[in-house]
Amino acid sequence: MCLAVPAKILKISGPLADVEIAGNRRQASIELIEDAAVGDYVLLHAGFAITKLTPEDAAETFALLREAEDRIGAEPKYGIPASQTRSADR
Amino acid sequence: MESQPAKHAQRTASSTPAQWLEGIRRLADQLPSGARLMEVCGTHTMAIARHGLHSLLPPKIRLISGPGCPVCVTPTSYINAAIELARRPDTVIATFGDMIKVPGSESSLEQEKARGARIAVVYSPYDAINLATANPGSQVVFLAVGFETTTPATALAAIRARSEGLKNFFLLTAHKLIPPALRILLSDAETRVDGFLLPGHVSVIIGARAYRFVADEFRRPCVVAGFEPLDILHAIAMLLTQMTQAQADVQIEYRACVSEQGNLAAQRRIAEAFQPCDTEWRGLGMLPASGLTLKPEWAALDAEKRFGLRVTPAADNPHCACGNVLRGKVTPPDCRLFAKACTPTYPIGPCMVSSEGTCAAYFKYRRQ
Repeated sequence: MCLAVPAKILKISGPLADVEIAGNRRQASIELIEDAAVGDYVLLHAGFAITKLTPEDAAETFALLREAEDRIGAEPKYGIPASQTRSADR
Repeated sequence: MESQPAKHAQRTASSTPAQWLEGIRRLADQLPSGARLMEVCGTHTMAIARHGLHSLLPPKIRLISGPGCPVCVTPTSYINAAIELARRPDTVIATFGDMIKVPGSESSLEQEKARGARIAVVYSPYDAINLATANPGSQVVFLAVGFETTTPATALAAIRARSEGLKNFFLLTAHKLIPPALRILLSDAETRVDGFLLPGHVSVIIGARAYRFVADEFRRPCVVAGFEPLDILHAIAMLLTQMTQAQADVQIEYRACVSEQGNLAAQRRIAEAFQPCDTEWRGLGMLPASGLTLKPEWAALDAEKRFGLRVTPAADNPHCACGNVLRGKVTPPDCRLFAKACTPTYPIGPCMVSSEGTCAAYFKYRRQ
């Protein structure tokens, strides 16, 4: 139940942000994060960002998820190239 | 953001699983009576089972599951109270999905839904707020369960409901705290645990310092672990290293997300709306100061008070061994109901209901 997934902040509107999770866009609260900025990666639990991630950490998780997709032959959703995730400014 | 004292441990780049396992074997050889390590997180339970880590470890190293699944430790009395609310007219129960199959004394939320009760599965407590806003003629009750990972989300929902002046949003609270549960397990002479794999996402919120007492008072090594199989192997190696050196410390393996002090903003939100209370854990009984309830000034949001509910103790199926499974005293196959009367399709105990429960993990991955 304490599952959390990495997401990228696309747009900030007050306490809420549009985030991208595996190619899907949804709203999430960023009230628990200090200094959240567009381009940041966060760990999302129950619609709330609970901590920031470095782009490298997020890339590592995405790589693991991508590996899992390969294993089960799923259509890639986590296919974000590591170079792109690293380019996000911090 | 909190400081992150060290970079993510150098594991993935430099070491293969085989190397870690070899290291674990060497450490195990130095421990004549082996080690019983407890994980206290349903996500760890599932990761360990899914990747077959039990079978890769030396037999002397036993991994046992503790009370790490919020659904599993939610008592029957709470489910009964939720069902009583669901039967009220004009009431909507908003809940995380894994609660709806948990059996109460005579029914479950799923069965109530089939009989016409309004039960909405939500992903976030804010979805429940939106439901209340969109349905002003209904009373929306959010089933506020979960450990410290989830509590800040509920706290923010309470804060938002109050600031928006919502009159039809309520919480039925059963939030639980991990550190008091560890204290009870450690105080029980029958539970033998040599070290703890601590939950990653609970610790994002409360920080590694919350477990200091486990090392200082009870002399047990602790490692906050991530969720990938290599994270878990790495954490096991760290625990065994502490044991071979007769050390007891709280270490962080999941450096990417967990700090010493945790998420202070989240801790402040929790403290704003909630205060500690005694609460019932399935299998562990009533534990002092082990849960969170709304502070008196937030009583207007408290479903128990608003609807005059009385959460009364309820008996569990006498043959169900979930209580002892949650204490790490028995494994699911020791239960006479396991995989016979009790299966994921027709679960009797909550450890089979939740996809993260120990019985569900055994049923799916470890049935002989």
